[in-house]
Amino acid sequence: MEHATAVHPPVAHHVEHAPELGFWWKYVFSTDHKVIGIQYAITGLLFLLFGFTLMAIMRWQLAYPGQPVPVIGAWLGAGNASGGVILPEFYNQLGAMHGTIMVFMGVVPLAVGGFGNFVMPLQIGAPDMAFPRINMASYWAYFVGGVVMLASFFVPGGAANSGWTSYVPLAVTATTGQTWWLLGMVFLITSSLLGSLNFIVTIFQLRAPGLTFMRLPIFVWMQLVTAYLLLLAFPPLEAAAILQLMDRVAGTSFFLPSGLVVSGQVVQISGGGNPLLWQHLFWFLAHPEVYVLILPGMGIVAEVLANNIRKPLWGYKPIVYSVVFLGFMSFVVWAHHMFLTGMGTTMSAFFQTTTMIISIPSVIILTSLFLSLWGASIRFTTPMLFALAFLPMFGIGGLTGLPLGLAPTDIHLHDTYYVIGHFHYVVAPGTLFALFAGIYYWFPKATGRYMNDLLGKIHFWGSFVAINIVFFPMFIQGLAGMNRRLYDGGIQYAHAQETAKLHVPMGYATFALWFFQLFFIVNFFWSIKKGRQAPQNAWDATTLEWSAPSPPPHGNFPEPPVVYRDPYEYSVPGHPADFTPQFQSDKKA
Amino acid sequence: MDIPYTVTARPDTGLFNGKLGIWLFLASEVMLFGALFSSYVLLRVGAETWPRGETILNVWMAFLNTVVLISSSVTMVLAWAALKTNQFQKSRWLLISTFLLATVFLVVKYFEYTEKFSHGLLPSTNTFLAIYFTLTGLHGLHVVGGMIVMAYLFGPGAKMFRIAPERFTNRVEITGLYWHFVDLVWIFLFPVLYLL
Repeated sequence: MEHATAVHPPVAHHVEHAPELGFWWKYVFSTDHKVIGIQYAITGLLFLLFGFTLMAIMRWQLAYPGQPVPVIGAWLGAGNASGGVILPEFYNQLGAMHGTIMVFMGVVPLAVGGFGNFVMPLQIGAPDMAFPRINMASYWAYFVGGVVMLASFFVPGGAANSGWTSYVPLAVTATTGQTWWLLGMVFLITSSLLGSLNFIVTIFQLRAPGLTFMRLPIFVWMQLVTAYLLLLAFPPLEAAAILQLMDRVAGTSFFLPSGLVVSGQVVQISGGGNPLLWQHLFWFLAHPEVYVLILPGMGIVAEVLANNIRKPLWGYKPIVYSVVFLGFMSFVVWAHHMFLTGMGTTMSAFFQTTTMIISIPSVIILTSLFLSLWGASIRFTTPMLFALAFLPMFGIGGLTGLPLGLAPTDIHLHDTYYVIGHFHYVVAPGTLFALFAGIYYWFPKATGRYMNDLLGKIHFWGSFVAINIVFFPMFIQGLAGMNRRLYDGGIQYAHAQETAKLHVPMGYATFALWFFQLFFIVNFFWSIKKGRQAPQNAWDATTLEWSAPSPPPHGNFPEPPVVYRDPYEYSVPGHPADFTPQFQSDKKA
Repeated sequence: MDIPYTVTARPDTGLFNGKLGIWLFLASEVMLFGALFSSYVLLRVGAETWPRGETILNVWMAFLNTVVLISSSVTMVLAWAALKTNQFQKSRWLLISTFLLATVFLVVKYFEYTEKFSHGLLPSTNTFLAIYFTLTGLHGLHVVGGMIVMAYLFGPGAKMFRIAPERFTNRVEITGLYWHFVDLVWIFLFPVLYLL
């Protein structure tokens, strides 16, 4: 067969390059995977900041219940916060939207839409994604979904207020915001469907010559498994959203049982529905979604780690096999979120067994990454600090999950702050730190300039200390029995009296955390124009993205790259340099 | 800049990009309808009473629609086969026939729906009708989606055949794969809703 590049007639080549694209087509309605990746990343970062700010408002209310929110309290609206004091209904909106925004509009779009789009095609030596226009459609579907979600704050009754899980029957009888939430989710699900099939096709079809599957960088493997999870796990949530939408709009009773009583009134419905059905459909998505949140982060950490330990990653194959196995297993663990629903001990036994099994591949991956550090001469760059911090932080998040995966201990811990602490350790100092590592690491590829190291280190150390003060006390509060979703932080309960005091330092740490993000924001914009110039291979790395110019032009590689070796050939004995890139042939070396 | 393998198959996967893409899309669709069918099963086994479909719905209309939709799958695959042998006009007429058969399906469905509505049978009446309207409605949307693509292929999109015949043939093939899936969903829906 012909070589990949020789297949196409040169005629189409001219058509593609002839007109210089105007601003709108170049930066807004672009089909270039790098521009779309940056659009995704910046939109995702803005949503992260917004979702974090919602949380900061909630943290004030938890630390000082009933006291007016300083500075922005007056702008929250009398219907939400009378005299600046958060009303319970508004607190519920903040909680539901914080979760929704962080998961579906912040972390996933940044990790998959942003990093996946920007880095993955470069790492496999492709000129672009397989379907550039579908790629653009994916971003705009996400954008519309985001706008619908934000607009829902302004409808009567405010935004969705039934938690990010939208449990029924509460969500069916909730205010109009819930309908907007469902519509927004339909857009976000469409976006991830379009994105994920594009990713899979790109990885299968557009790998450079010589880049076999066992030579793929770990990051690409992680994106591949993530794309499968998005492709196959999101449709059941779409089904669930359609059914809930029918319940709300067309008056059906898919999730409403017979004889449902709301506010002392028997609701006039046909009944016969099953509230547990929603939870099954929701968690069938939302457990794989947990891995969607973590796998791209692990991939970034693997890349940054390999680059800064200057030796091959320990256990490439075990990591790959583990992540594939983990992908399959993640579809059969969902009901460990439902031990308290009374679904029966047989079901609980099954799901706690699968849950214990799925922890094995995660531990293998984390252990391989830890062992990679052994005997290394580590370069402590800013991305490396974030990547190193990921390991123990994700470790804490993962290990505290085990008691939640076992039914007997989960009965005590369910719906307490312990759960909040657990998954935030996975996603916040875990995934978010990995994403920051990725931003510092690939920034020179996107802009041709390094980010400032000093500001980066202040950002890291400040965030690292503050984020632990925010999340660690949650384990203590949870073990003491403090429930989540209480708008006054639990002061009305006797058993929460002692640990409720912890909300005050947690609140201060939240504002400190917010403050330290300013160093990142300033650094980000300052470095685009004024950062130190970076060479093409900014970190002396081995993977293919570093063989493209910085920033790469439309089409990425001036010459289609060819791959000669494994992804992490650092410090190969007998070589002059301590890194041998994948694109370097033996003849040149 | 050109994307490799948009027209020809990559040797080691044996597929061109669009074909792999549509199969992945269909896998996702299987999960969507699979979740809805599973919900149907769960709701039905949990119900105290569940009407037999034929006591409420019109089996003969649905049978007619089954025949119509299967015929449309045949004309669809013939349209692709005609392109493979370079008979563009024949293929175009076969695509138009597929489109018309899909229209017949929707018209029959329209009469079925209005008959139910006129008897006061709405999604809110009971859970059987709720799942009936949801599943057939979603399937109907898929039919409409397929019709839009077909209209593009025999309408403004047809001119691609002159510039890039192979690529156009691939587009018809991909549309066909999607259309067979829509047909297949109906073949599941018909016995589940009308006969069981």
